[in-house]
Amino acid sequence: MTIDLSRRSFLKLAGAGVAATSLGAMGFGAAEAAEVAHVRAFKLATMTETRNTCTYCSVACGIILYAKGDLKAGETAELVHVEGDADHPTNRGTLCPKGAAIKDFALSATRAVKPRYRAPGGAAWQDISWDQAFDKIARAIKDDRDANLIETNDQGQVVNRWKTAGFLAASGTTNETAWTTYKVVRSLGMVAFDNQARV
Amino acid sequence: MTNSWTDIKNTDLAIVMGGNAAEAHPCGFKWVTEAKAKRGAKLIVVDPRFTRTASVADYYAPIRPGSDIAFLMGVINWCIANGKVQWEYVKNYTNASFLVKEGFGWSDGLFNGYDAEKRVYDTADWDYQLGEDGFALTDPTLSDPRCVWALLKDHVAIYTPDFVENTCGTPKDRFLKICEMIGECAAPDRVMTSMYALGWTQHSKGAQNIRGMAMLQLILGNIGLRGGGVNALRGHSNIQGLTDLGLMSNLIPGYLNIPVDKEVDFETYMSTRGNAPLRPNQTSYWQNYRKFIVSFLKAMWGDAATAENDWAYHYLPKLDVPSYDILRTFEMMAKGEVNLYFCQGFNPLLSFPNRAKLTEALSKLKLLVVMDPLQTETAHFWENHGVFNDVDPAAIQTEVLELPTTCFAEDEGALVNSGRWLQWHWAGATPPGQARRDCWIMANIFLRLRDLYRVEGGKFPDPILNLTWDYADPYEPSPEELAKEMNGRALAPLYDATDPTKLVLDAGKQLKNFSQLKDDGSTMCGCWIFSGCWTEEGNMMARRDNTDPDDTGAYLNWAFAWPLNRRILYNRASADIHGKAWDPTRKLIEWDGAKWAGYDVPDIGVTSKPEDVMPFIMTNEGVGKLFARKGLKDGPFPTHMEPFESPIDNPLNAAIRGNPVARVFPDDLAQMATSAEFPLVGTSYRLTEHFHYWTKHNKVNAALQPEFFVEISEELAAEKGIAKGGQVRIWSKRGQIWAKAVVTKRIKPMICAGKTVHVVGMPIHWGFMGAAQKGFGPNSLTPFVGDANIETPEFKAFLCNIEPVEKGPLA
Ligand code: SF4
Repeated sequence: MTIDLSRRSFLKLAGAGVAATSLGAMGFGAAEAAEVAHVRAFKLATMTETRNTCTYCSVACGIILYAKGDLKAGETAELVHVEGDADHPTNRGTLCPKGAAIKDFALSATRAVKPRYRAPGGAAWQDISWDQAFDKIARAIKDDRDANLIETNDQGQVVNRWKTAGFLAASGTTNETAWTTYKVVRSLGMVAFDNQARV
Repeated sequence: MTNSWTDIKNTDLAIVMGGNAAEAHPCGFKWVTEAKAKRGAKLIVVDPRFTRTASVADYYAPIRPGSDIAFLMGVINWCIANGKVQWEYVKNYTNASFLVKEGFGWSDGLFNGYDAEKRVYDTADWDYQLGEDGFALTDPTLSDPRCVWALLKDHVAIYTPDFVENTCGTPKDRFLKICEMIGECAAPDRVMTSMYALGWTQHSKGAQNIRGMAMLQLILGNIGLRGGGVNALRGHSNIQGLTDLGLMSNLIPGYLNIPVDKEVDFETYMSTRGNAPLRPNQTSYWQNYRKFIVSFLKAMWGDAATAENDWAYHYLPKLDVPSYDILRTFEMMAKGEVNLYFCQGFNPLLSFPNRAKLTEALSKLKLLVVMDPLQTETAHFWENHGVFNDVDPAAIQTEVLELPTTCFAEDEGALVNSGRWLQWHWAGATPPGQARRDCWIMANIFLRLRDLYRVEGGKFPDPILNLTWDYADPYEPSPEELAKEMNGRALAPLYDATDPTKLVLDAGKQLKNFSQLKDDGSTMCGCWIFSGCWTEEGNMMARRDNTDPDDTGAYLNWAFAWPLNRRILYNRASADIHGKAWDPTRKLIEWDGAKWAGYDVPDIGVTSKPEDVMPFIMTNEGVGKLFARKGLKDGPFPTHMEPFESPIDNPLNAAIRGNPVARVFPDDLAQMATSAEFPLVGTSYRLTEHFHYWTKHNKVNAALQPEFFVEISEELAAEKGIAKGGQVRIWSKRGQIWAKAVVTKRIKPMICAGKTVHVVGMPIHWGFMGAAQKGFGPNSLTPFVGDANIETPEFKAFLCNIEPVEKGPLA
């Protein structure tokens, strides 16, 4: 769901409205005012707007993403602008120096953009496909878990714990990612499981 | 937070101690500004530095890093001595009147039962005297010498203004002025809010810092009120959600616990979780624990979780230590005991202490898998970046996979803000290159692994083979499907408890909230506290109605707050024992003779009689705990402890180093310095232009704060011959770093125990990846020890030294 249409329509109308008012004020007649229909609307009015939340601190300021292209319609959407959500009760449209520059986080030159592999002792990355990466990970998990899962302790109590692997989860991800992660990690019996709550 | 960002506008006094909200949470701090402008509220800042928050404060006092407990106990002592106590609140809503066992005691900085060998307390006597009916004994007159109030009075008596000045370095007149300002908020119609962050948590006794403030707020009667509370300003955008969902070694979603070895079956596990009330009529809501855990196990393992197999209890791992937290895991890794490690949006190489040890540990892994939107230092730990990451790649045998993930703009779902609001957001941009959602990555790993177990068999495959995975596209579970699982649904028709012919909810329907949970396997729910977030009425987290009747700041129709859309926790305490608001202008909920109603979702049974049922429904006693019983490992009251690395001895007992019950590994203890070798106190913090180690990848923020610096006083600069902007070397017993020196009036030397104490301030934001200049962070220097209760590293107070360098490695 993107932002409701009334806001977009408002921007479009505002663009047209400015043109109409100035034309009228300069004394053009009704015929010329028809030109209004051809005046380009406010640039952002052609963008897809999406409600989102600042990814940094937990003030969780509301933001609006402006993109060229509509993701929901199956199009490629290129992020062109981000601004504070004026309707949001907490930030009321304001953003701090981090939130205000957030577009350039999404577009940063050092985003990771393809799976890469570094071999033992290697000095450089090699490209790897997602499939190869997943096969490698699944194999590593299976082999290590089969070798090191502790099913019972010295007293014969059932413990089903796997200590030779660990997982750090991300506090910048959604609840939904966290829940998926929880399910997978716990089903393996992993105990070295943690997140950024302390840092 | 007990309250919310928007609620801060209702306060009369904000105290920012252990945080720097104007800098680190600017758009939330705005609500302090609003309270100052609209209702004449005051702001107090207590901090080692004169911070950006201090610069707009009405009153500021300096404090030596790591001495907050002494300050807070000093304030409590002053309030008690000067009658600044909200007596009705204290008598009715706290355990002040409860009688404590004879064996409990404190002397020379230690509570009874200390075992120096094992570094633990025997907590058997840290509890109430019980009557024959099983209820705790009380003395409502507060005159019994064993009542909590008498013990507390006694406990805080040593924290005199002189003690505070001597220990904290806070000038006595400043301390007393702050006591007076705080003391005014003991009036029922004056309310203080506490805003803190990692400045309080990142100590070996962090939990006790926060308890100290919670106790003060109970004494002032400020918890549960608009404009009050104890407000943790959480850092990351969804750190609250990740904690709620229990992505930690010892947790299950909704603050349930992973079992330990000796809990050999489900009934043994449940036997200590009955949570019978300790006083007549009390709610003790954790009595519902069995419903929460059974519904969780049903969410995980569906039909494979049955009454016969203890709801698949043994599919869960059991713990033989309190937790395999990050510090313990890196300790094990450094000893070669960990083979695989996954970092999902987490950069431990910069965010955990003793970087040399972290590098050594990562180098001993077989495989490191990093899933991140950014190219992190952790993923690149094996690369040589000169002095900024001085490693030999050929000598590091770890295989590394760097997997690109989406960022906020490219993903959909909910984040939980500091005020517990679950706010849904939508994806608006296409991910770059081959970046994919974390859910897709986790699903792909899982499905491949499950196939391997199906084909090859293997050790105890049951929890993997039976994990619920009924998503429309198993390779890409949708945020909607996942959110619905967390909310929970009926697995069989649910009938009314009082009228079994009345159908409440049909099988397959989303639960209305957690009050519908059952312990017989007929409901499933991934995270009970989130229940109510996606009901049959739809996605409550997506609500965007910002109306706010009477401008209370509640915004009940904006998103969804856990639990039950409640905006202020303990809000029943905003009213007196008869259910009338303490302050009519700050009304939240009131008792109308038959039920509770008002501006917020009542935090009490709606028909619970006010004189009978006390406000703190999650505790067994129904009241707030001034005396924590066995809740914390390091004492039922906070007692002053020095940091592990401190410029002075513990004034209560010079033989105690750091927190006497904090876990510390032998190699790390050997790397702890004394003030004879390292005379300066280091501390770490954030800047408003940066977020941790993320924004240095952003060219805009990298331009705003391009390079690492440290802050020192003019006095220290003069003493060491350090020029403004000059290069300096800073070193501790664990490492060395280089920085530009910012010589500033914002930091002043303090006098503690007759010694001059200098503080070196270090922002945390630099590394060797991204758009900013390469730099260092304090984590190259900091000690590898955590809080005794929850293992938060002691980043905020450690020892170091500093010297000017002619030609340093910096540009
Ligand atoms: S804009 Fe700033 S204050 Fe708001 S959530 Fe982002 S980082 Fe926090």
